[in-house]
Amino acid sequence: MSDVYVMGVDMIKFGRFPDRSVPNIGAEAALMALDDAGLGIQDMQALYCGNLGQANAMVGQRILQEIGQTGMPVVNVANACATGATAFREAWMSIKAGMYDVVLAVGVEQMGKGLLGGAGGGDGIPKEGLLGSGTMPCVFAEAGMEHAKEHGTTFEQFAKISVKNHHHSTMNPKAMYQIETPLDEVMNAEMISYPNTKLMCSVNVDGSAAAVLVSEKKAKELGMARAVKVRASAMASDPYTDRDLVMPDVNACTRLAAKDAYEQAGIGPEDVNLVELHDCFATAEMLHYENLGLCKDGEAGKMIDEGHVNLGGKVPVNVSGGLLSKGHPLGATGIANIYEICTHLRGEAGKRQVEGARIGMTHVIGLGTACGIHILEKTS
Amino acid sequence: MSESKPLPVVDYLKIPENSEPYLEGYRCKKCGATYLGERNVCSKCFARDNMEVIKLSDKGTLHSYAVVYRSFPGIDVPYISAIVDLEGGGTIKGNLVNIDPDPDKIKFNMPVKVIYGDALGRKDKEGNSYLSYFFEPA
Repeated sequence: MSDVYVMGVDMIKFGRFPDRSVPNIGAEAALMALDDAGLGIQDMQALYCGNLGQANAMVGQRILQEIGQTGMPVVNVANACATGATAFREAWMSIKAGMYDVVLAVGVEQMGKGLLGGAGGGDGIPKEGLLGSGTMPCVFAEAGMEHAKEHGTTFEQFAKISVKNHHHSTMNPKAMYQIETPLDEVMNAEMISYPNTKLMCSVNVDGSAAAVLVSEKKAKELGMARAVKVRASAMASDPYTDRDLVMPDVNACTRLAAKDAYEQAGIGPEDVNLVELHDCFATAEMLHYENLGLCKDGEAGKMIDEGHVNLGGKVPVNVSGGLLSKGHPLGATGIANIYEICTHLRGEAGKRQVEGARIGMTHVIGLGTACGIHILEKTS
Repeated sequence: MSESKPLPVVDYLKIPENSEPYLEGYRCKKCGATYLGERNVCSKCFARDNMEVIKLSDKGTLHSYAVVYRSFPGIDVPYISAIVDLEGGGTIKGNLVNIDPDPDKIKFNMPVKVIYGDALGRKDKEGNSYLSYFFEPA
């Protein structure tokens, strides 16, 4: 099977674009990624398009209606917050399978403001606030409190993650926000679901990201200088665990995908130079230090306390600013984090550059549950 | 209507004619996995048609929780969203009541009791009242 390379990748600056359509936002990133690869839409053999909000509305085809209707096969995918990663992975798989040499993956989302989630639909009466809460800040607060129960993790430690990611975002011009948020400001912000304050919740934004994936043969033809090798593409759903049907288990799913990803790449967590992981809430990021093997179980609090996950630390996490400050357009996130890693591996990340980065990892979780992990490696 | 007996908030809350309400579970006879509500296949061991209907315990312990300060419009806050492990199997989520929503007072693993009461005055389109379950410190 051919190795797969990212030849072009880009994202738009995340923001709020209520006057634009979803395909229009997606088309912008698609053109940027094509430009980055030095290719045109006519060179693409297939398009995998990730979008959640209009999952039934042929977003991929509508993107092509804006930038070039070549007649190529288009597959639209939806997989909660793992949607973008799923589109990228389907593109990767099509090259692995030997079907294509040049494939485009696009992730795009237009978000409203406000709370996501909610407990129980169906017949009868609303269940939110009656049978607990199904809002996302609460669900991930409960997951964080489980960590607090097992390891004594504190509100302050969770809050420090938000301080770090907001700090990182001040160096990322494509992030929604470039604003420092000191610890007292994070901890004293409006409490949404304890222990997640408003500044510990990801930002709902509009955005898009896209990648051009190519086979090894095509990469050699186009030139390897800026190509990034996909060393692993792993995906898992939630395996059975005792409480999963009541309390979605993002840990077991991530551990399963991480194990697969490390095995595919033939490396261990100690070989990873930087990670973009799914910090939909500050409480979530804490869990994934351990789930991805960046530290031993029970040591996540120490990772943030001792600065190991800061830019300049042992394994910088979310130097883009993460979902907490770069923003979280659900369908775009999984490709936007691939853009971030590629930018570092290419040595093009400017002030936030992780020096000497050779291997990077991306991770997303779509609740329900889907986990997508990619490991990427510098080629030159 | 309002004078008729309340409906159960979820299908696994049972309201017998002549005894107290209770929560119903389905337990896999092969591996012991316990589910809320009716099902035929076990997602843990994949056994088919091997479920027994059980009455879930009304005693449990607090596994995890969050204190919800922002919910959807019209929903009273703050409240405690709690995950409770029931004695003898089964995990269930609901509101923990009759305790301050203060993390200093809420203890992990604290014993709780399942109690039943009106569903916070919520009624469906036909005006029916509902019976819900809650947890309180035991």
